[in-house]
Amino acid sequence: MSTPDASSHTISVLVDNEPGILARVVGLFSGRGYNIESLTVAETDAKENLSRITIVTAGTPMVIEQIKAQLDRLVPVHKVRDLTVEGPHIERELALVKVKGTGDKRVEALRLADVFRAKVIDAKTDSFVFEVTGTSDKVRTFVGLMEGLGLVELGRTGIVAMSRGGEAL
Amino acid sequence: MKPEESATTGADLLVKALIDEEVEVVFGYPGGAVLPIYDSLFKQNRLRHILVRHEQAAVHAAEGYARSTGRVGVVLVTSGPGATNAVTGLTDALMDSIPIVCLTGQVPTHLIGNDAFQEADTTGITRPCTKHNYLVKAVDALARTVHEAFYVARSGRPGPVVIDLPKDVLMNKHDYTAPKKPVQHKSYRPQVKPELKKVEEAIELIAGAKRPIFYAGGGIVNSGTKASKLLTQFVHMTGYPITNTLMGLGTFPASDKQFLGMLGMHGTYEANLAMYHCDVMINIGARFDDRITGRLTEFSPKSKKIHVDIDPSSINKNVRVDLAVVGDAGHVLEDMIRVWKARQPKVDHKALKTWWAEIDKWRARNCLAYKQDKETIKPQYALERLYHHIKDRDHYITTEVGQHQMWAAQFLKFEQPNRWMTSGGLGTMGYGFPAAMGVQIAHPDALVIDVAGEASILMNIQELSTVAQYRLPVKIFILNNQYMGMVRQWQELLHGGRYSESYMESLPDFVKLAEAFGAVGLRCHDPAKLDETIKQMIDIKKPVVVDVLVDKTENCFPMIPSGAAHYDMLLGPDDRAARPVSEEGMVLV
Repeated sequence: MSTPDASSHTISVLVDNEPGILARVVGLFSGRGYNIESLTVAETDAKENLSRITIVTAGTPMVIEQIKAQLDRLVPVHKVRDLTVEGPHIERELALVKVKGTGDKRVEALRLADVFRAKVIDAKTDSFVFEVTGTSDKVRTFVGLMEGLGLVELGRTGIVAMSRGGEAL
Repeated sequence: MKPEESATTGADLLVKALIDEEVEVVFGYPGGAVLPIYDSLFKQNRLRHILVRHEQAAVHAAEGYARSTGRVGVVLVTSGPGATNAVTGLTDALMDSIPIVCLTGQVPTHLIGNDAFQEADTTGITRPCTKHNYLVKAVDALARTVHEAFYVARSGRPGPVVIDLPKDVLMNKHDYTAPKKPVQHKSYRPQVKPELKKVEEAIELIAGAKRPIFYAGGGIVNSGTKASKLLTQFVHMTGYPITNTLMGLGTFPASDKQFLGMLGMHGTYEANLAMYHCDVMINIGARFDDRITGRLTEFSPKSKKIHVDIDPSSINKNVRVDLAVVGDAGHVLEDMIRVWKARQPKVDHKALKTWWAEIDKWRARNCLAYKQDKETIKPQYALERLYHHIKDRDHYITTEVGQHQMWAAQFLKFEQPNRWMTSGGLGTMGYGFPAAMGVQIAHPDALVIDVAGEASILMNIQELSTVAQYRLPVKIFILNNQYMGMVRQWQELLHGGRYSESYMESLPDFVKLAEAFGAVGLRCHDPAKLDETIKQMIDIKKPVVVDVLVDKTENCFPMIPSGAAHYDMLLGPDDRAARPVSEEGMVLV
């Protein structure tokens, strides 16, 4: 963002799991010119038919306030929570990292994976697929290291987040 | 009775649901996908169907019906082009918060996604231009969806709702379920009643004001007629000045001496200067639209701003306010009056007197003045004469979009809400005539006039056929200057007088055009004969098209050029050279 007082916010949105709900949310962001830095969505309550969407977005305080109000206005939206302003929270994402190589580079990749507590979930004689979980920063750092060691493919989930403590959304 | 006999088709069930929602009129146009619904309509006599000549007009007619009655307007169109033609109307209703339920036909569920004949992704297309939309995939969800759609359309901040109905769903059989009252939606619960603490804080600010102004908008109209009465009562209790937005005209009586007229780009000098210089602004049911604020950094810089709105997303969107009161305008006003009465606050009468003296000085500038000569009719004069002849009659006004719309807002006086139908947010040329049809359907004995321009009226002129069919005595009062007047005005002020494509070549003969459709056509170019023409128009109990040939080059003043501040108004033609429009203003619309 070019505006100096723009900051990144992680927003959790509880929605009805119905066709078109993601299009409503994404359309709102594109239609009104807001950023999406990361977006994750999946059903979280099959009985109540609810999905949880986690959006990381950036904007000035006025824009962030608008984003939340606009999200809350959508008919199938139950709750909107700005985790960034509502106290301490935790954020995690998962990445699958495919690295191709032999010899020293292969050994070094495996050693670094161990340091980052990444799991090997697929191995061939000339490749690994690592699963790494953590903050976006940790994932980015790990991927950065793999770039020099034969990174050929990367998949990231985007962020899921939750407040600390016993309070539920 | 056997179960299959008691079961009804989706289409029958839909009609039942509409009747249970107290729908009386549906504006629509048939087509393949909605034939089952038309068959069900044929077999009953509770619902009246008005056949329009274009789906856009169906939505505008429903908007006129809704705006003039406070009820939900209902539209029925077919799949594909029927639905896409309705999109402009839906967007218009969204921007102006008009409650509409639009039923669209859809290809059968098994064909959805196959590029079938007259298939369009209606829910996809209408998602950004509706308050909410539904695709009904099974007949057992149909009745519930219809009831929910009406609830969503009319509650909170009203808006258009689309229900997309695949043909097989309309033909499948299912039992009907009546609506549950009161409706409790699982996720949609608009805040209607305000927090009392916020109202008390607002009263404190209002009571302490030295240079206050009320700024009231369409939210008052949407709240119902009671809200206008409460607004008038509260404004009288305080003795403060009030201005209305374009959408809010009629919520406070225009003849009242506390009324400063409309504000904004073509608002009055006194209203805009009062907004600029005030110390407390009380915005009730308006949304700080760019046509109101002008340059944001110069918008009422010295005031504490109170914003009452039912939609939390309207608050702090364009203008940061000091106190937000979320709730329905009527409920908030009711609470405000109660708190005001209980507290009996001491208003600073001395400061108020000085404030009014200042306002009166601005008023004395007489910003709406124009010069009428003996040769050509000035559009302002035409509207003043029109108002003179209709003011004692039960009348409703709709407009198209452009100069005539702004002149109508300036020169016609609105004493009550729901009497003024205009496309404010979207600025849809072609809105006024179909809207007038909708109004006339709702108020068969009233005088309904569409104040039009010769360019706008051509955008939905086919509806002359509809008014002929239903014998709707709608009057179309065309201020014909042979230009797209507002485009020409901007080209004159902003583009060096290069009138690119704004001159209407080959205009039709409106008198003959009216006659071709079975309406009456009148024409007037002589100021001396204007009164006679207007009287004639009113007396003819048929649809009438009046072609009033007006001054071709008259501009609409006052005007705040885009990107300028409230104090930077152009007050008349002699004012223009002094202040060139800034580059930053040029890029704004």
